[in-house]
Amino acid sequence: MSARERVVGTVAGYVDDRTGAAKWMKKNLNKVFPDHWSFLLGEIALYSFIILLLSGTFLTFWFVPSQHEVIYNGSYQPLSGLSMSEAYQSTLHISFDVRGGLLMRQIHHWAALLFMVAIVVHLLRVYFTGAFRKPREFNWIIGVGLLTLGIVEGFLGYSLPDDLLSGTGIRIAEAIIQALPVVGSYISYFAFGGAFPGDAFIPRIYTVHVLLLPGIFLALITVHLMLVWYQKHTQYPGPGRTEKNVVGYPLLPVYMAKAGGFFFIVFGVIAFLSAVASINPIWLYGPYTPGQISAGSQPDWYMGWLDGLVRMSPPLETHAFGHTISWNILIPGLIVPGIMFTGLALYPFIESWISGDKREHHILDRPRNVPNRTALGAMALTFTIVGLLNGGNDIISTTFHLTINQMMWFSRIGILVLPPIAFVITKRLCLSLQRADRDLVLHGRETGTLVRMPSGEFVEVHEPISPEKAWVLTQHEQPKPLELSDTDARGVKRPGAIKNKLRNRMSRANAVAVPKVSAQDLKEIEHH
Amino acid sequence: MSNELEAISDPGLPAHVHRKADHDPIAEKKAERQVAILFLLSAAGTILFIYSYIWISQDLFIYLPVLGTTNAKQLFLGVGLAASLFFIGAGAIHWAKTLMPDEEVIAMRHEMRSDDADRAALVKSAKEGAAAAGLGRRSLIKRTMGLSLGLIGLSPLLLLRDLGPLPAKQLDVTSWDKGTRLVTDPGNRPIKPSDLEVGAVAQVLPQLRAGEERTLNNIGKDAVLLIRLRPEEFQLTPEKLAMTHEGIIAFSKICSHMGCAIALYEQQTKHLLCPCHQSTFDVPRGAKVIFGPAARPLPQLGISVDSEGYLVAQNPFSEPVGPSFWERNTK
Repeated sequence: MSARERVVGTVAGYVDDRTGAAKWMKKNLNKVFPDHWSFLLGEIALYSFIILLLSGTFLTFWFVPSQHEVIYNGSYQPLSGLSMSEAYQSTLHISFDVRGGLLMRQIHHWAALLFMVAIVVHLLRVYFTGAFRKPREFNWIIGVGLLTLGIVEGFLGYSLPDDLLSGTGIRIAEAIIQALPVVGSYISYFAFGGAFPGDAFIPRIYTVHVLLLPGIFLALITVHLMLVWYQKHTQYPGPGRTEKNVVGYPLLPVYMAKAGGFFFIVFGVIAFLSAVASINPIWLYGPYTPGQISAGSQPDWYMGWLDGLVRMSPPLETHAFGHTISWNILIPGLIVPGIMFTGLALYPFIESWISGDKREHHILDRPRNVPNRTALGAMALTFTIVGLLNGGNDIISTTFHLTINQMMWFSRIGILVLPPIAFVITKRLCLSLQRADRDLVLHGRETGTLVRMPSGEFVEVHEPISPEKAWVLTQHEQPKPLELSDTDARGVKRPGAIKNKLRNRMSRANAVAVPKVSAQDLKEIEHH
Repeated sequence: MSNELEAISDPGLPAHVHRKADHDPIAEKKAERQVAILFLLSAAGTILFIYSYIWISQDLFIYLPVLGTTNAKQLFLGVGLAASLFFIGAGAIHWAKTLMPDEEVIAMRHEMRSDDADRAALVKSAKEGAAAAGLGRRSLIKRTMGLSLGLIGLSPLLLLRDLGPLPAKQLDVTSWDKGTRLVTDPGNRPIKPSDLEVGAVAQVLPQLRAGEERTLNNIGKDAVLLIRLRPEEFQLTPEKLAMTHEGIIAFSKICSHMGCAIALYEQQTKHLLCPCHQSTFDVPRGAKVIFGPAARPLPQLGISVDSEGYLVAQNPFSEPVGPSFWERNTK
């Protein structure tokens, strides 16, 4: 035993004597993690979060969360002599006078953008592969919570510098609060400590941004990861992979080296972006004042779809009995997003209710094999993308020489028409891909080699695919429609008859598929 | 739904293919050197970072293709930091991929649910615990506990009350009053009709009384746009026309949709456009909404001139300015 091994042994023994950790560690150091590029998406979100904590802590050392008005006479000459809040002044100070301050600000902002991208793409991966199914519904809900909080946290973060752009964003948020029926103006006055903009809002959202929400994030992320650990990771279908096992690399050393290394890669890429690509140059916007605005005001991308929905809303307001209800704000700003996020959170339960499938699933679906889910996802995505496009309608119009009216009408009609079209096309595509899989298994791969038969006919030589590939293409199960009867054994209508009818119908739609290759099919093809 | 008719069976985990470095000592040495080089690149990145932090001047700007003119300190600090981080990661991953064992291993899964005996035992001990506390029997305790727990939520809610004052009628009023002079923003100079050419637009605020200070809260409600047209271009009701003066019309600059400042005036079409959500208002028709999500025209401020010929407000705004709210009582 070398000296080093003795030291390691002593330290491990010391810790174990006091915690009994050895038993747990022994089991978990060899924990198996499946390898796939798409499993890195959640990791990117996690690492971005750590980078946000590090860079954010740095920024708090200089940032002054105050709306107290001061006259600027710092080193950025163009704003010299202007009246501005201490928040804006200290952000200028970080950007121009603290060495590496601008770099850290840009790292913080780029990491926030990447955090949200990673969360959304990770969510899409989990959705389209069915990784949210039993037993992972809790983790899905936590994930939806993290997405929602991420949007709020990002908005609060870019609102802190109190520049002309972010102040305009707060103004819009205030209008949404004010639009709430009955309590709106009260909540707005409480939140802002009086009239907009007041001098209380930035100190308040600062506490929420640097303490309250990060605390909730830490708790939720911890539970999210513990559940992944405890439930073991899902895996893609493949030879040797079953619902009963998990195939991959052990935590120590391979997974640890790869995951740890990947943290540095993510950090490095964000640092590089922040070195070469300017983001949120607040000194160009100037300090906030409610009487001014810059053209082309745009929120960060994850707010863009909401802004786009607000922009395309028809001018609806109800005036009755001395009161005003702003549907043009409430519908796109609260009701539609509320329905979308609730639907998202409940989706695992809705799907299992329709399919009647209450079993555990650890092998991921290939999206084509679940056409309805895939098509529904494409539909929701199309809806959001039309919203996002309309959120940039002014920029798109000037870039492509369109009128703002053309863009707006495209969005107003598109948001209703395009999602159903996306559903139908995606479902057809899935079924076509299923058919292609079936052909591949039955007839093999096209080799591109043409052979002339003695009869003069040309045929292309097909080559059978490998047993591994054939297994991947046929391992999935094809659900059968539910057949819940609407009468009981005596022929009397059940109380839940309408519900059963609805479930039957939806599960029938769910079960539409190109039959996968069966033993019978293979036998028939042998006779040819 | 079972697999009894499965046509193709699981061929099982494919045989492991060893990497070159697993059996060729030369390849192994080469991989080791590659990892070492990556780690050295990271060290070089840190040195670049330190050099930039201490020795590159804050005011040095350099020209680079693609990036254009850029601050050298910011750039090299960032590139140094990026390299120092990225290459540690690249080194670790290259190490894992070439030299660490790459044989996939299999671990077994177990169903999440506990076995029936454990579940039954849990239910039993929960029931026993509840029974021992007498939850079922002591309904007086149960009800009063429910009451106290229900009420306790009120305290923290009430504590939030002092976050701000009640809005009272504040959202309905602005600083504009009968006879308040219009002053330029910026500059605070009173203006005469002759200061505005036809087609011109200007932002004004109410003149401060002695000892008053202008806050952002005031600007958020008081900002007004003056636009001068030819008087015959107006298509207004007689009352609204009487609120204009020599072709000059005044509107609240705060959007009636979500309160953004309406700063885009198109001289050709005489439209005002809000850059936030593109609500478009037609100036000759009293800022009527002709496009976008805004549901109400911009409130109009009646103007005339005082004895010295300066523009003044005829009256306060007759309706609240800015976005709608529940208590708003005018159409």
